Amino acid sequence: MIEVINLTKSFGKNLIWENVNLTIHEGETLAVIGKSGSGKSVLIKHLNALMYPDSGKVLIDGKNIFELSYVDLRLVRQKFGVLFQGAALFDSISAHENVAFPLRYFTKMTESEINTRVLECLDMVNLADIGDKSTADLSGGMRKRVGLARAIVLQPKYLLYDEPTSGLDPETSNEINELIVHMTKNLSITSVVISHDMHSVLDVAEKAAFIDGQQLRWYGTIDELKKSDDSRLIEFTRASEYQI
Amino acid sequence: MQLFLEIGNYSRLLYEAIRSMTEFKTYRKNLFAEMVKTGYDSLGIVSLAGFFTGAVLTIQTSYQFTSALIPKSTIGAITSQSMIIELAAVISGLVLAGRVGARIATELGTMRVSEQIDALESMGFNSVTFLVMPRLLAGIVMFPIVYMAAVVFGIFGGIMAGIMTNSVTVFEFMEGARLFFFPWDVAFGMIKSFVFGFVITSISCYKGYYAAGGAEGVGNATTQATVLSCIYVLVSSFLLAAILL
Ligand SMILES: Nc1ncnc2c1ncn2[C@@H]1O[C@H](COP(=O)(O)OP(=O)(O)O)[C@@H](O)[C@H]1O
Ligand SMILES: [Mg+2]
Repeated sequence: MIEVINLTKSFGKNLIWENVNLTIHEGETLAVIGKSGSGKSVLIKHLNALMYPDSGKVLIDGKNIFELSYVDLRLVRQKFGVLFQGAALFDSISAHENVAFPLRYFTKMTESEINTRVLECLDMVNLADIGDKSTADLSGGMRKRVGLARAIVLQPKYLLYDEPTSGLDPETSNEINELIVHMTKNLSITSVVISHDMHSVLDVAEKAAFIDGQQLRWYGTIDELKKSDDSRLIEFTRASEYQI
Repeated sequence: MQLFLEIGNYSRLLYEAIRSMTEFKTYRKNLFAEMVKTGYDSLGIVSLAGFFTGAVLTIQTSYQFTSALIPKSTIGAITSQSMIIELAAVISGLVLAGRVGARIATELGTMRVSEQIDALESMGFNSVTFLVMPRLLAGIVMFPIVYMAAVVFGIFGGIMAGIMTNSVTVFEFMEGARLFFFPWDVAFGMIKSFVFGFVITSISCYKGYYAAGGAEGVGNATTQATVLSCIYVLVSSFLLAAILL
């Protein structure tokens, strides 16, 4: 379970958001929505302490990660898989090696076991035939899928997605959304998905959190979202209808 | 204020790197690759710089010493001793401040702004151990070797220039070089290049690791890394001379 308690973050004098409270239960998928620049990426980076807040807590399975020693924190981080906005593939190694990377350092698997597991994960994201392609030769959608394969290779308990469909054509976006649904349902992974694309939110999430005006403006289930009369939220969802 | 913040971050990065020195398994692979990129790949340009520095030094010295009272071997002595004590280390330091410093700052800066460092951290890696430590270590191990190459090619360049301009024979040159050869001078040059290796790689790692703001940020980090590396090579060269000589 991920619990965000009274979280406040600013960079210098620039307040990003304050007093954010969220609870993400096991197996649940939460979508974080909001305008570009509202601090969604900053929020997701607090969930595994890539950033530290001004005040507040993030409890992962009951432990406040901001109080952990670096050694313990690294163990908690290994429960997470993260798909970054730009996929963040290591460009000095091949696509295949990117997926193999965590296995090489954090498991005692043999070369053939690693290979099997990498192919299994690449297959899950429909990239079984990627071979030893360099990351520079991949399209945007392929990069995200390799990033996703790398994120799940160690069988994480939590998956964080930062704008998994941004910059992709609608068809590839749908494919990625289906993958996300597949991951959460079949592997029962607890997920947080950042998005400014309402279609993908409605497709993948059970709950949504709307960041607006430097605070958590609205928080509830997708059914509640559809019926909500919050003016800012309605404005946001309407605007994004026309975005595609 | 800004300066204190920078010094604080720089020291923290170094402390973190040195503390994780024992996690050899994590950075072993990178270390070898870095030693090749920092040392082996630099030998060509540094040897070239050393060769021409030695050659110019010989021509210039023989031009300045026109008196027949000064033995020709003095030219060899001055060229080789200048190379060993000062020029080989500083020339290779300045060349590598550009070559190695720019590469390190660009690599780490790109990794920072494309979230690759965040990706490493979020997998549970210590990104400093993984990225900074091997670059630092490769710098301080390989710079003395690069320095030796600059010395050898500097003396070689001096001899060649002497022959070409008919100002000093190989025999006279070597006689002077041998007469004024002191092992301590070599040790001093090695210490210097060791320090330069540390200065250049640590500054460039620092600038790259904390780069921010997209492609422009990486560009700024790279510029700052090379400029600061050059300045601190010269400053530390002066300080070492003042302390050790
Ligand atoms: N490391 C940082 N230092 C300073 N400001 C930052 C940093 N990271 C993000 N910000 C600022 O925080 C705000 C929110 O950024 P972000 O979370 O990336 O927005 P988004 O909702 O589009 O993901 C932006 O104004 C950005 O400039
Ligand atoms: Mg973002």
